[in-house]
Amino acid sequence: MKCNFTIIRGAIATVAIGATVNASAQVTEVPFYFPVAVGGPITKYIDQFATDFNKENPTIKVAPIYAGSYQDTIVKALTANKAGTPPVASVLLSTDTFTLIDEDAIVPIDNFVKTADDKAWLAGFYKAFLLNGQVGGKTWGVPFQRSTVVMYWNKELFKEAGLDPNKPPQTWAEMTAMAQKLTKKDASGKTTQYGVQIPSSGFPYWLFQGLTTQNDVILSNEAGTQTKFDDPKVIEALQYWMDLSKKYGVHPGGIVEWGTTPKDFMEKKAAMIWTTTGNLTNIRSNAKFDFGVAMLPTGKKRGSPTGGGNFYIFKKATPAQQAAAFKFAKWLTQPERAAQWGIETGYVAVSPAAWDTVALKKYAADFPPATVARDQLQYAVAEFSTHDNQRVTKALNDGLQAALTGSKTAEAAMKDAQREAERLLKSYK
Amino acid sequence: MSAPSFQQRASIVDTVAAWLLAVLWILPLAYAVWTAFHPSEFSAKFLLSAPLTLENFERAWTAAPFARYFFNTTVLVAMILAAQLVLCTLAAYAFVRYEFRGKNIVFALVLVQLMIMPDILLVENYKTMSQLGLIDTLLGIGLPYFASAFAIFLLRQTFKGIPKELVEAATMEGASTLQILWRVYVPLAKPVYVAFALVSVSYHWNNFLWPLVVTNSVNSRPLTVGLQVFASTDQGIDWSIITAATLITSAPLLAAFLLFQRQFVQSFMRAGIK
Amino acid sequence: MLLPALVLLAAFTHYPAVATIIDSFMSTPKPNRPSVFVGLDNYASMIEDPIFWQALRNNLWFALATIPLSVGLALAMALWVNARMVGRGFLRMAYFTPTVLPMIAVANIWLFFYTPTYGLLEQIGGLFGLPSQNWLGDKSTALASITVVAVWKEAGFFMIFYLAALQSISPSLREAAAIEGAGRWFFFRRVLWPLLMPTTIFVLVNAVINAFRMVDHVVVMTRGGPDNATSLLLYHLYEVGFKYWDQGYAAAITVVLIGTLATVALVQFFVLDKKAHY
Repeated sequence: MKCNFTIIRGAIATVAIGATVNASAQVTEVPFYFPVAVGGPITKYIDQFATDFNKENPTIKVAPIYAGSYQDTIVKALTANKAGTPPVASVLLSTDTFTLIDEDAIVPIDNFVKTADDKAWLAGFYKAFLLNGQVGGKTWGVPFQRSTVVMYWNKELFKEAGLDPNKPPQTWAEMTAMAQKLTKKDASGKTTQYGVQIPSSGFPYWLFQGLTTQNDVILSNEAGTQTKFDDPKVIEALQYWMDLSKKYGVHPGGIVEWGTTPKDFMEKKAAMIWTTTGNLTNIRSNAKFDFGVAMLPTGKKRGSPTGGGNFYIFKKATPAQQAAAFKFAKWLTQPERAAQWGIETGYVAVSPAAWDTVALKKYAADFPPATVARDQLQYAVAEFSTHDNQRVTKALNDGLQAALTGSKTAEAAMKDAQREAERLLKSYK
Repeated sequence: MSAPSFQQRASIVDTVAAWLLAVLWILPLAYAVWTAFHPSEFSAKFLLSAPLTLENFERAWTAAPFARYFFNTTVLVAMILAAQLVLCTLAAYAFVRYEFRGKNIVFALVLVQLMIMPDILLVENYKTMSQLGLIDTLLGIGLPYFASAFAIFLLRQTFKGIPKELVEAATMEGASTLQILWRVYVPLAKPVYVAFALVSVSYHWNNFLWPLVVTNSVNSRPLTVGLQVFASTDQGIDWSIITAATLITSAPLLAAFLLFQRQFVQSFMRAGIK
Repeated sequence: MLLPALVLLAAFTHYPAVATIIDSFMSTPKPNRPSVFVGLDNYASMIEDPIFWQALRNNLWFALATIPLSVGLALAMALWVNARMVGRGFLRMAYFTPTVLPMIAVANIWLFFYTPTYGLLEQIGGLFGLPSQNWLGDKSTALASITVVAVWKEAGFFMIFYLAALQSISPSLREAAAIEGAGRWFFFRRVLWPLLMPTTIFVLVNAVINAFRMVDHVVVMTRGGPDNATSLLLYHLYEVGFKYWDQGYAAAITVVLIGTLATVALVQFFVLDKKAHY
């Protein structure tokens, strides 16, 4: 009869664990999914935010639920939505807006913006960060953890190569030339140090957008129904990326892993890397050498995509829950808090007001590299996003990877990707 | 009698080859141990003079609620095993003791699950679970596995091999069907139970894809899913923390195996899995 | 008595299998458009989808490589551990350890091994002057690289079954063979191998199932890349079903998976089963 006890115990325990939190009449529950995409004890910060907010608002209980990466979180949120039990709020990629609207999962933030204060608050974000969240004249997402691509350079290696350690490359030509000086080979001809490294795993399209924006071309339209992968300027940008390794030998061949790129930088295997400003704190704490952060070099112009996550409110929640979530969103993005969040993580604080706070002014003075991403905002464009975003992006990613591994030419890869994108977007036009 | 040539020590070539393979095989674990106990800078450099540290374990433990994950996984695995033992014993017993029309067909249907595991039927099972309201619960993770065709198959084989005389003796003593099961069949099948338990525990402790799909939050997340979301490459890989987390999550199974190696192998042997 | 087990089996194996087959003929439901019968549409788009074919091809190569390698290595390992060799205990532990570690965990470690420029393979290769290789980032080596990880994980598990079988073989058989002057290879081929046949079949079946079930390492190491070079059927199914939420298409892929596994099951039952018992 031992077996039976085990089962009964197990069943009770399971029921106890599986029981969802019951909403009492007085306290509004706000389950809140959030991803973590940069290094550091992010879950601790978010938990602290929730605790502080709940203390100030005793009738609201925000329950932060860590859901993994951006990919994991959108899967979780939409799966839960389909099962009828979505979270009330979630931080998701700003590029997921179309998908969320198509799945009828979210409500526009405008629904809650009633007072003059609220209007001022919504208008107070950096324009560039609001772009991806705005569809059909409405704002669907509140900028929360946003970033741009930046270039990190190893000042020590610059000195070794005879370059001025305080002058990062300003143009594509300069980047290629400097990278050539920074690439080292050992006696057997193997490259031990690459001049520049742009990761191509996971979401190569994001870094690619840096190159295309700099080459003066936009990859998707605002309505998210049209893509321009086969534009000659896009192919040109891709060719440049391929040439960096094929022609100039200053960039690793094949696919470069996103996750190991900061470590490659710290191990001095790459003298310059392109990656998110969100890695700033990580690199700052672990790099054993002097480094700099620069805006991405100019092609025909300067440019970078924005990146990161917005705060969304879900439709299948009660009006009370939605209002509570809105309150939380406003609270999170108050200048002082946005400033604190930016300092702790390396994300770009989302409003000019945040940068004007004492804390952020001091931090910027102490550590100027933190301002580079913000200064680059004036050149920033919306991140690539369309309907059926995951699939269309995959078509682009696959094409980029095919070209970078040499199995297709730049032109063929982009033309194939364009064809696939058009097929997928047909029903949305 | 002198031992024939086979039973003497294995040849040098064999020994070297076996050792080489073993070293290769243990390399990842060895690396994990090295990296977990040394600071980050040494995760790619193997200097013997590098300082030891427990910092990685500390950081790994606080970075994700591993205590909760451990609890979830332990309960999950225990629950699944318990359910499997009961349900499958009953089923195997029924197959052995009773005759009914279509018995073979039913048995064949059971065996279908050997091939078509719940993992493959992800999408459909997820729908069922959400209709039952079991998403994000441990029961939701475990339910599809409660009826294990593997267990039924094994137990049926074993039960079939139990001598009729024992059963008859028990019947004559006036034992009921269930009592016969409990007093004759089960004790004799102990090695099989142990072997199966080992397989079940290690399978479900390490199961990933289905729990990933079914769990949403820390409430029900098991170790494997917890480890994956924690080590996802978006964050930039820091192997010292990842390996520390890896060691933390695999420690129980590893320790159990190291301590009970011989019993492990022996139970498989006695189970006579042929 | 049978009922509870049967009910559960039906609920989670038979019913979903049938439902999936039905679903594969329906379109994907969206909030504004409920599901409709579309006949073979989903299969048509599956056939037109180069990624599906890539995943199928990859999976077949993956199976073709992992099955003989892991089973063969398992047999070799069992033979070695069974023989009177120095450090048997260590060998046994070393071979079996990969099995108790979660795939998710070890995939990260292998990621380090494969990392170019400072990964372990890179460092070892450097000692021998071998050229640099981007194992996971190069389409020609990516699939092979994850196959190695799979074999590494599996072989030890199968070894245990072989070991158990070997240890139940009476030593008098060997003595008899030795007395008759039979060489080692002869002994293996004519005596051991047939005796091990039931175990081999059991192990083979498991290996086949695992070849289609193992995708954890893909999730961590390559996410199907580069350019789908490591996408496997179940992984593609997961992407289509849970990233794109294309239910109809996902059902079609599932049917293919079920069909493949069912075919293997039939082969095992009717053909091999006869050969196993003598």
